[in-house]
Amino acid sequence: MSTNRPSEELTSTAGAHASDVPERFVDPGLEPHPVRLADRSPEGAKRVERQVVGVLLISILASIGGIVGFFLIPVGTTLMDVRLSTLVLGLGLGLGMLGIGVAAVHWAKALMENAERVEKRKPVLSSPEVREEAVEQLTTGIEESGIARRPVLKGALVGAAALAPLPFVVPLVGGLSETWDVNKFRHTAWGDVPDGTGGRLPDGTMGRRLATDPEGRPIRAADVTIGSAFAVIPHGLPDEENYLEEKAKAVVFMTRIDPNELTVSPERRDWSYDGIIAYSKVCTHVGCPVALYEQQTHHLLCPCHQSTFDLANEAAVVFGPAKRALPQLPITVDTEGYLVARSDFHEPVGPSFWERER
Amino acid sequence: MKALAASRRHRLAPVVLLLLALILTGVAYSAVTSEPATAQTASQEEIEEGEALFRSNCSTCHGLDAQGTDLAPSLVGVGAASVHFQVSTGRMPMANNSPQAERKDPQMNEEQTAALAAYVASLGPGPAIPSADQVDPEQGNAANGMELFRANCSMCHNAVGAGGALTEGKVAPPLDEATPTQIWEALRTGPQSMPIFNEAAITDQGARDVIAYVMEQREVDPGGISLGNLGPVSEGFWVWIVGIGGLIGLAVWIGARSS
Amino acid sequence: MSTATTSTQSDTAKALAKAGPAADYLDRRTGIGKVVREFARKVFPDHWSFMLGEVALYSFIVLVLSGFFLTMYFVPSMGHITYPEDQLPVTMQGVGMSEAFASTLRLSFEVRGGLLMRQIHHWAALLFVAAIVAHMLRVFFTGAFRKPRELNWLIGFTLLILALLAGFSGYSLPDDVLSGNGLRIADGVARSIPIIGSYASLALFGGEFPGTDIVPRLFTVHILLVPALIVALVTVHLILVVVHKHTQYPGPGRTEKNVVGYPVLPVYAAKAGGFFFVVFGFLALLGGLVSINPVWIHGPYDPTPVGAGAQPDWYMLFLEGGLRLMPGWPEFVIGGFTLSLNILIPGVVIPGLLFTTLAIWPFLEAAVTKDRGEHHVLDRPRNAPVRTAAGVSVITAFMVLNVAGANDLVATHFELSLNGITWFLRIMFFVAPVFAFWITKRICLSLQRRDRELALHGHETGRIVRMPSGQYLEVHQPLTDEERWVLVAHEADRMLEIEPPEDENGVRRPGYSADKQRLRLSRFFYEDRVEPVTPAELAAEMAAHGVHGDSEQPAIEEPGGLRDTFARAEEEPAGVTAGRDARNNPPSS
Repeated sequence: MSTNRPSEELTSTAGAHASDVPERFVDPGLEPHPVRLADRSPEGAKRVERQVVGVLLISILASIGGIVGFFLIPVGTTLMDVRLSTLVLGLGLGLGMLGIGVAAVHWAKALMENAERVEKRKPVLSSPEVREEAVEQLTTGIEESGIARRPVLKGALVGAAALAPLPFVVPLVGGLSETWDVNKFRHTAWGDVPDGTGGRLPDGTMGRRLATDPEGRPIRAADVTIGSAFAVIPHGLPDEENYLEEKAKAVVFMTRIDPNELTVSPERRDWSYDGIIAYSKVCTHVGCPVALYEQQTHHLLCPCHQSTFDLANEAAVVFGPAKRALPQLPITVDTEGYLVARSDFHEPVGPSFWERER
Repeated sequence: MKALAASRRHRLAPVVLLLLALILTGVAYSAVTSEPATAQTASQEEIEEGEALFRSNCSTCHGLDAQGTDLAPSLVGVGAASVHFQVSTGRMPMANNSPQAERKDPQMNEEQTAALAAYVASLGPGPAIPSADQVDPEQGNAANGMELFRANCSMCHNAVGAGGALTEGKVAPPLDEATPTQIWEALRTGPQSMPIFNEAAITDQGARDVIAYVMEQREVDPGGISLGNLGPVSEGFWVWIVGIGGLIGLAVWIGARSS
Repeated sequence: MSTATTSTQSDTAKALAKAGPAADYLDRRTGIGKVVREFARKVFPDHWSFMLGEVALYSFIVLVLSGFFLTMYFVPSMGHITYPEDQLPVTMQGVGMSEAFASTLRLSFEVRGGLLMRQIHHWAALLFVAAIVAHMLRVFFTGAFRKPRELNWLIGFTLLILALLAGFSGYSLPDDVLSGNGLRIADGVARSIPIIGSYASLALFGGEFPGTDIVPRLFTVHILLVPALIVALVTVHLILVVVHKHTQYPGPGRTEKNVVGYPVLPVYAAKAGGFFFVVFGFLALLGGLVSINPVWIHGPYDPTPVGAGAQPDWYMLFLEGGLRLMPGWPEFVIGGFTLSLNILIPGVVIPGLLFTTLAIWPFLEAAVTKDRGEHHVLDRPRNAPVRTAAGVSVITAFMVLNVAGANDLVATHFELSLNGITWFLRIMFFVAPVFAFWITKRICLSLQRRDRELALHGHETGRIVRMPSGQYLEVHQPLTDEERWVLVAHEADRMLEIEPPEDENGVRRPGYSADKQRLRLSRFFYEDRVEPVTPAELAAEMAAHGVHGDSEQPAIEEPGGLRDTFARAEEEPAGVTAGRDARNNPPSS
């Protein structure tokens, strides 16, 4: 036996007649307003009022505490002081604000008259009369301007308006860069040998010495032992103009691998020196420094998007979103035993760009 | 006088002269050069104790004479520092053969570790265990250490040494438990995947600077709770779970009916 | 109580009388009386999910205030200086850096409240974008973007893009290694754009990377251009909300033609105004207690260093993840020109698709459903299964990309292989959204069936009653009219009906093939659906005295619906009354 009590609209006889029953349910209307403590008793209302005042008092105390903390706690002395100052000011500001918010909300919920009200929606659409008037006004206005009858005038106006911003926009955009010469991407500081930064090769030419980054000491070939890692920049680079821009293209990673484990293609035979290899550190994916060297696998990993390059195999890509191997810096030893670059890289370093292969 | 003059022309005179010259040179040399920076020279019994420990704990993988097997590399020439590092951090003996040797509780005490180190050092020259002076963070400049650390270390170990991922399940471990000695030893010996940072790359003073920098990271975080120093990902987690979650909770409270 | 009312009313009247001259002064000069009359007791519906937009708005105000504090100390210059030897932190003393970085350090360590303000500002920025996304999801899943609110949706979408821009430009200002590498990545992505990419890279940085222009330029974007646009668009956004009136959830007394809620004065003002202080206080507490973006740990930008765990702020993580997951082989050199699809696809194409779909969704949905009516009552998400499933599907793809962006942290924390995670997520990016769509739609339909069952049978009370005849029945608590209304008020979306392919003369009509496509789409969306309970069904149900009759029309498309789900083995009751069948039905029905 069902114990459902049917509501007014429905009959409970077996085989209800379809005609008695509406197509869909109708809206029962707003629920009755629940009675709150504050509505029921004046003492309840008083209690809520006390709670609200209490929270506001906490807020006041916190704000004052924050101001006191500002004056009393120094900064710039020790890390602990900075932490304490941040904490006290944060608590003061935070609790001060939070207290006001909690108090206001509690007041609204528990004390304020809060019966739900119903308001009618007006259609967003303007009434037909308003629309008609609006259209009429627009038409009259356009008619009076006469633009419809004067197509040449309209055309000239449009043309002038289209061109007028250009003397502003073109200098703005055109001046955004100090140079538009894309070929600058192809050249790095390794191709230049300012005075005092080079070493003499056996054939008499000068090559840029390799130096440690950041201290700038030239590196002897004998110091590069198997499995060692060096962060390398051109010797004397910090003294150059546009130091950071040049460094961003010239950073190099160097290590030494047992020559028996190195694969060297014929045209690159003189790019390495007895197992010492140097590669551009600028990832060919989107340009992060590639420097996570796994000594045992000879893999160089980029931490940004995990492109992995096999240094034993001319930095070929073995995993990840890079397409091209890292450019190799051709190196050799000068007459004093320091490592020098034979020349600049043989291809542009870093990420690909449209004109790269041209 | 006649005897001395006569002995000058003795046929063994050149030999005696040569011996004298050699002895003189040797004495002069050892007087001029400084002692290698080892805590103390290993005694023969320490080396023998080390050999015994090696046979029972390490030779299964590293070979009876530490020449290496398919399972583990040769230890000839790795030096005392390498052994001290691996054993004092508990990485060796390894629990099982895996891509990454994990730091765990050391299985040997200081004395046994020193003996093992002495034995391996006796097999071939390699980096020695540093003295306390060489690894003293008070003598290091943390700012210079910062520059060296970020050029050489932070790409694997994270900017403050919280650790980072390498390929195929390997990791660059966090540095929060490393002692100054262990940092030095790791730099100079390049354990497992880590490359070797020799004196040409990071000088002895530079190594002290790096140690000072790593120790400085153990100071209090001035900003408050540090969320592991893992960067924006943990901050993003926090803002969704604590921030949006907390504010939704407050919004539910605001919208709910009061009793 | 009535005496209390009169006394409060006279108190109020007295207060107003005092305010009279000021109000008069203002009204004579601004006509403000009209606005006050219109607005002071305007009704706004009250639900916690309507406050997410407020969180975004209040976070923005906190951003402007804390940002102003920061501008009093920050120097937006990339000029090179050496950090003083005697200033904290120790690891930066004597280090060469840009003025931007140095001023950020000085602000953090030498200015009282400086670090607090920096942290509040950054937390507020993260919260701002998170709140916009949460608000957008609420609007999406409840269908609040439908007519007349499509334009407001577009404005909100634009605000999301502006918020992303504000965040990216903001965290790049301190010129530290983490954000600097982010700029380097942005440079790499810009370079990959065909034809104009190299020039775009030069234009952005005023020459080669890093140059000295990017920080001052981003500063202007961050404090002038983007905030001005945000303020303007938020104003229009809120005006439209007032003009349209806020939407409301279905419920008793709530119709398309009214708004049920609380008036601005006093309740809504107190709650919404109070919420502002709550959000402000919450952000200040976060800023004071939890460290965020400690730039001194990363150090000043230099092209050499990069830290393990290099991620951008969370809202950029999906781009980062896309770049990490994409394999490298699709880079082609055609006629000497390099086309880097391995960067363009995750960096430009996928975000472009995502944002375009987001922006045009209201129009897409309206075209498929041919719904031209105004909607002011919200949908319960379960009643729009395809929309909900599509939304969850997109969120799933987004989350896969987010996890991919943090794959190295996942590798270290869960001791997994980095390469393994990357491969897994590559597959998941395609598989997981499809699975999520399917399962969400099924869950929505199941929830709708559960609603039907609830409407027809009431709440299960767990009380078992034994009838004198020996039959056991569970007592069901009937729903009140109000409870049932929420379950039955909606209209189920139905498949399109198209006209027959040929008119009465047998001539094929021109629009038929287009209509056939629309029908196909509509069938995909709406063939599986659950209709809400009608009074006739409820009456039939009760006529059968709570036992499932087999005379009614099945209201569910698929076979074996309600009946089979609830077919219980009916015991043969002892002493069945003559004439009644095994299901205790009287013989007449």
